[in-house]
Parts: sequence; structure tokens; C-alpha cells
Amino acid sequence: MSKISDFIGKSARDNVTQAIAKAKENDHYHALLNLTEARALERADAVDRGEITGRLAGVPFVVKDNFLAYGAPTTAASKILENFNAPLQATAVEKLEAEGAICIGKANLDAFAHGGSTENSAFGPTLNAYDESRVAGGSSGGSAVVTALDIVPFALGSDTGGSIREPASFNGVVGVKPTYGTVSRYGVVAMASSTDVIGVFTTNVSDAELVMDIMSGRDPKDTTTLPDFFTPISSITPGRKIGLIKEFMTDDVDEEVLARTNEYIERLRSTGHTVEEVSLPIVHHTLAMYYIIVPAEVSSNLARYDGIRYGRRAENVSSLAELYGRSRDEGFMPENKRRIMIGSYVLSSGFFDAYYLQAQKARTLLVNELNTLFESYDMLIGPVVPTPAFKLGENTSDPIKMYLADIMTVPASLAGIPAISVPAGKTTAGLPVGIQIMGPRRSDAELLALARSMEAI
Amino acid sequence: MTQISRDDVQHLAQLSSLALDEDEIDSLQTDLGNILNYVEQLSELDTSGVEPTYQVSGLENVWRDDVVDDYGTSREALLALAPDSRDGQIKVPKVL
Repeated sequence: MSKISDFIGKSARDNVTQAIAKAKENDHYHALLNLTEARALERADAVDRGEITGRLAGVPFVVKDNFLAYGAPTTAASKILENFNAPLQATAVEKLEAEGAICIGKANLDAFAHGGSTENSAFGPTLNAYDESRVAGGSSGGSAVVTALDIVPFALGSDTGGSIREPASFNGVVGVKPTYGTVSRYGVVAMASSTDVIGVFTTNVSDAELVMDIMSGRDPKDTTTLPDFFTPISSITPGRKIGLIKEFMTDDVDEEVLARTNEYIERLRSTGHTVEEVSLPIVHHTLAMYYIIVPAEVSSNLARYDGIRYGRRAENVSSLAELYGRSRDEGFMPENKRRIMIGSYVLSSGFFDAYYLQAQKARTLLVNELNTLFESYDMLIGPVVPTPAFKLGENTSDPIKMYLADIMTVPASLAGIPAISVPAGKTTAGLPVGIQIMGPRRSDAELLALARSMEAI
Repeated sequence: MTQISRDDVQHLAQLSSLALDEDEIDSLQTDLGNILNYVEQLSELDTSGVEPTYQVSGLENVWRDDVVDDYGTSREALLALAPDSRDGQIKVPKVL
């Protein structure tokens, strides 16, 4: 698979033309909703004339279609934003463009990033890069697949409860969910503001470190951003102490996922790191916390889509209330409506204490359990998803079944800690399996350095 | 077990500004009931004396100067996004 360095020092126009041709050849995967061809070629020519320089000069990339970017609509894979042309660009996109990178298209996702398979896209699902009868994962499914198919060397995604890590695992690429607040979310369609983070898909760890280094840092336009702390480190300190979360290694998990995880652990041990089984009992309750807290924030964040200031407006309505109701009913997908209504329920007076407040208190218990483990362990490890990529349509009739795919990824999201998904081999059927490495807040560079050191082993 | 009635679904739809059709109400009644029954397991946890965690940034009160910032866009560009506008105003149906 290609690396960022393969594109440096080449004709930017050739890089972009080839990436776009490859995107079109692989159209049947439905990984991209729109290409930004005209703007990409203009920028490529500017790079070739030496007008734009930088660490990513002439390197093509793709952004998930919940990032505001010029050159094509920003749809969030929804009907309500189908024709929305962004009046500004996301800070993450601006920072990459400032280094000469060239966005060639917008990747498919579950509408508003609600889902774990990209089947909730209003424009149809993305197919898995390794098996076209299976899901890409989600919600950043399109971004994972364009990276796995080698259309571009990196793609941006957002991760609220596993939306980068799960599709990375399903498509055999590196996926980074940084510490909460590492990268500005300005200009990215908000889902659940207390867990949303921006991250990246790459074919190798070094490329992820480079892109994260460029994107990270404080942005006055996003007051939740942390002062820049992310600097790649050259090598991992030997003899790291790593905890294997035993609740993620039960008989409920696919045999081959367990086998690949155990093999990775043996490789860690063979290089001098210590891996010990640890317990995080609260994980039995984290999915329930997540599916209270996140819908609550979703119902609030999606209130802005009302058909008034931008986006789709229902026709032939006689009152303002009807305009809101019909525009939203026509513009949202069923999963969007489920989450909005669950959010309205758990925030209602009479239910608030039992659901929302209880979930936020339980979240404290999760943070405390993790902090206790991090007093004795440098990192935690386990699978990313209990299974390899599932079949298209397999989980669509039962929301709870779909939610269960998130069980191993939501803890890091609720706690705001960094977590990465790196390839750990394949099943006998040839489906990729990922390994998840988590660490304390701001330990992102160490997690990546460890994963990089393991690539050659 | 939380029971979600058709009236509950309609009330939630109203709170959420969603004009659902009849089929959607039926399927949401089932789905919302199942989801709420799943998340109810949280009541098993003893959280007495535990403070809630509303955010995990570790940041407090981020201030900025109280000055106008156009955020790189303009009134015209934003108005152009509105489905209907007139004389520099966004046009909507009758409110009352």
C-alpha cells in the first residue's frame, strides 16, 4: 500500500489525476459521495507552479463528508444537507491545505455519523474493501475504504464512539482517535460534543503521526481544543507495562479475533514489553451510558437543522411548526430520528435523573476505573470490535445488535482518552482484524510509537 | 420494563419537531422501547455520592475578547444558503 512519501516530489497534477481515476474505477464500493475534481486540479497546478509548498505538497487526501470543505457539497450523508455548499472550511482541512495537501473528494458515512456500518447513509452503503458482501464499518466507512483501496494515502474521519477505529479494523488500515481536544472540530458537523474527535486513517503508523502533528493544536474557533501537546517520538521506551482488558477476551468474541489479539500480545512480549490481564468491570455498563449520553447530545446538536437558514426545506407547508416537522422528517434517516427521540426522552423532566444524570455519574466511575489502571499500566490493549466485518443487512433490523459492535470502542470515547486501531492480521477468510491500544490522556504519541515499533515485527 | 405507548412516541416526536407518519410511529414505538429497556441496566450501578462527568477536556472557562469576528465568511454568503430570503432577511411561513 502506498505511503505519503510516495507522493512527495512528484507532479501534483499526476498525483491528483491518478487518485481521481482510481476513485472512479472503484466507484462500485461507493466510498465517495462527491469528488472535488475541479478544485483539486486547480490546487495541484498551484503546487506544481511552486505557489503552495509544505510537508504534504501535492499529496491527495479525502475527508469524511461531515467536514465542511470547498469544491463539493457537505451532505453528512443526509437528505437535509444534500445540497449544502459550505461557506467556510473545517480548521483541520485548512491546516492540511496550508501544508500543500489536496482534497480530492468527500467520503460516505452513516448520516450525521450515526451508525457503525455506513448503511445509514441516505445515499446507500459503502462496501468493505476486502469483501464486497460485507460492511465497511462506520460511521467513517468511506474514509477507511478509500485508504484501504489505496486511492489516497490518508483520509480524515471523526470518532464519537468508535467511528474511526471500527472501520479501520474492518478494512485493515491504521485509525487514530486522539485524546479529546487534540484537533479542532471547527467546521465539522457536530454529533455528540462531549466525545466527538477528529482523527485519521493511513496505511502505516508514521503517516498517521505526520498528519496528527499537522492537525493538532489549539484553535480559538473551538474552545475545547488543548494547547498543542502532540509531537511524534522517535522510539518507544522499552519494557512498557501493558494491561490486557480481560472483559474484552471472553467467549462472546469471535475466535479469530481472539487469536489475532493473542498473537499481537505475544509479539509485544517477545520485544520486551510486559502484558498482564487486567479487569475493567465497568465496561459491562459503558454501552448503556453511551446510548444515553450520546443521543442526549445528538438531540441538542441536531435541533439546528430546521429548514430555515440552510438545508432542505419541506414544500407546501402552511405553518412554521409544519415546516420544522416536515423538513426534519424528510431530511433525517430512521437512525437519526431514533437518536433524537431517545435524547428527547432521557432529557425530559421526570426522566432526567434516572437516565442522563445517572449515565454521567456512571461515566465518572468509568474514568476512575481507567485512572486506577493507568497508575499501574502505561497502556491498555484489546480487540477493536468483537467480530470481523459483518454482512450487509445483517444488523440493520435490530438497533441494539448494531450498537453492540461499539462495546469495545465506547469506553475510550466516554473517558476522552486516546485509542488507536492498528492491523493485526486477517481471519482465514481473509477479513482484516484490528488491535486497539489505549492510553492515558495525551499519551497519543506513545501509543503511535509503540504501534510503529510493532509494524516490523 | 419501560413501556412506550403510541402517545409517548407522538409526544416525543412533538418535542423533537419531527412530523412522523403512521408507519414510523409503529416502528419507533418498538425500537425506542427496546433501546430504553437496554439502557435501563444502568440503574443497577450504585452512584450515590458520585459527581457527574459532563465533559472530559480538563479545561475550564476558556475566554476570548468580546470583539466581532466574521469567521472568514460574510452575511451575504450565509444568507445565500437560506432556502428563501428577501431584502437581506430569511423568509419563513406565517408564525401565528
